[in-house]
Amino acid sequence: MPVQDSRTPGRRKSSPGRVVLLVATRKGAWLFHGDGARRTWRVDGPHFLGHVVNHVVLDPRDRRTLLAAAKTGHLGPTVFRSSDLGRSWNEARRPPAFPKAAQGAPGRAVDHTFWLTPGHASEPGTWYAGTSPHGLFRSSDGGETWDPVPGLNDDPTYRAWMGGPQDGTPDGPKLHSIVVDPRDAARLYVGMSSGGVHQSRDRGATWSPLVKGLQVVEDLDPSNVTFHDPHCVRLCPSNPDRLYQQNHCGIYRLDLPSETWVRIGRNMPKRVGDIGFPLVVHPRDPDTAWVFPMDGTSVWPRTSPGGKAAAYVTHDAGRTWRRLDRGLPQEQAWWTVKRQAMTGDSREPVGLYVGTTSGELWASRDEGERWSCVARHLPEIYALEIGERA
Amino acid sequence: MRVVVPSPLRSYTGPRPVEAEGATLASALADLDRRYPGIRFRMIDEQDRVRPHIRFFVNGEQVFDLDVPLHPGDELQIVQALSGG
Repeated sequence: MPVQDSRTPGRRKSSPGRVVLLVATRKGAWLFHGDGARRTWRVDGPHFLGHVVNHVVLDPRDRRTLLAAAKTGHLGPTVFRSSDLGRSWNEARRPPAFPKAAQGAPGRAVDHTFWLTPGHASEPGTWYAGTSPHGLFRSSDGGETWDPVPGLNDDPTYRAWMGGPQDGTPDGPKLHSIVVDPRDAARLYVGMSSGGVHQSRDRGATWSPLVKGLQVVEDLDPSNVTFHDPHCVRLCPSNPDRLYQQNHCGIYRLDLPSETWVRIGRNMPKRVGDIGFPLVVHPRDPDTAWVFPMDGTSVWPRTSPGGKAAAYVTHDAGRTWRRLDRGLPQEQAWWTVKRQAMTGDSREPVGLYVGTTSGELWASRDEGERWSCVARHLPEIYALEIGERA
Repeated sequence: MRVVVPSPLRSYTGPRPVEAEGATLASALADLDRRYPGIRFRMIDEQDRVRPHIRFFVNGEQVFDLDVPLHPGDELQIVQALSGG
């Protein structure tokens, strides 16, 4: 991933490569291959029909290896790997799993792998996985075998912050938003729902919380890391010292070396609020980011506010936000966009993509100005990633 | 021994019953995993606990202990409690 000087983000010419949308759903995975103009899409799927697929990711280092995190309602979790863009799949020889506990001690078991992140460009074959319950795992052989990262998983303080299987989302606690600094393979970030945002500067050997400035629900104590619930954390590739976060309690920005998050969602329209799951950053402009708000009032319906679907964009690092709803349904749209179900490509202009809990796939070729529906009637979409081909 | 595999696991074994050897259920499952890599972890978690929807029957009797002894000629049936929506 190219890193440019943050003071001169610049604009590159459109990449000539094609994009493929990697759609992970509650009942399988689909690949949508776009034409060069991103106008028409050829569907390839279902893959793993009937499996719960939480994430499908293309390795940007070789642009042909896919990893898919899958399980079924009745079988244990695993990771599948394809080296030919989904024409054939092989199962990991040793999927993410916690170590066997000592006799008599309660042991943890991975319920599902929730998140996959390719490692640093200098470490081909390295991948990271986040699981439910909270666990961070690393593969050094392209996803064939996985090892726990004990510096996080087994640290007593972190074990306390993680809580147990009953904590976290209705589908269990999730370790997500695994971010690798493009300048430094040793610098990592993760989010835990719940359990806060954390950073490591030594490739995961040690960790420290990054929760200052973030709010927590009700009148709970924000100094208790357990109470923090990041929904999605993104690093700006054009300025890796800037992170954005969609949190359970608002939208935030962090500009390192400061370690205090600033709530930039206060500038969203009051009737919409700043609650949501996903957040997307611009590949070249660190001042531009998109969110997809949801209703976080009363009992938290987690649907488009008022049933009117819209993305919001900021071009000034969160000082102002603008609604982007042209083409999206403006009545009776009672769906949700989950935390890993909104993504963008690196083309010029940037393409944005949204997958909904109602199984619709929406795309914009002009940075969110106009949206069109690519697919309907898919199962509930859990994750949507973009793959950019050579 | 003959092992009857439920449909969700036949991507590993193929459609027909398969063979495995072992003096206990645990060792038979280990042998099954040697023959069909990955199949055990889909049934047994990393703490050696049987996953929630998996059941084992030996000669028609349900068994719950991985250390239960098995004998040549026994039939092991793996059953999945299919549910969902």
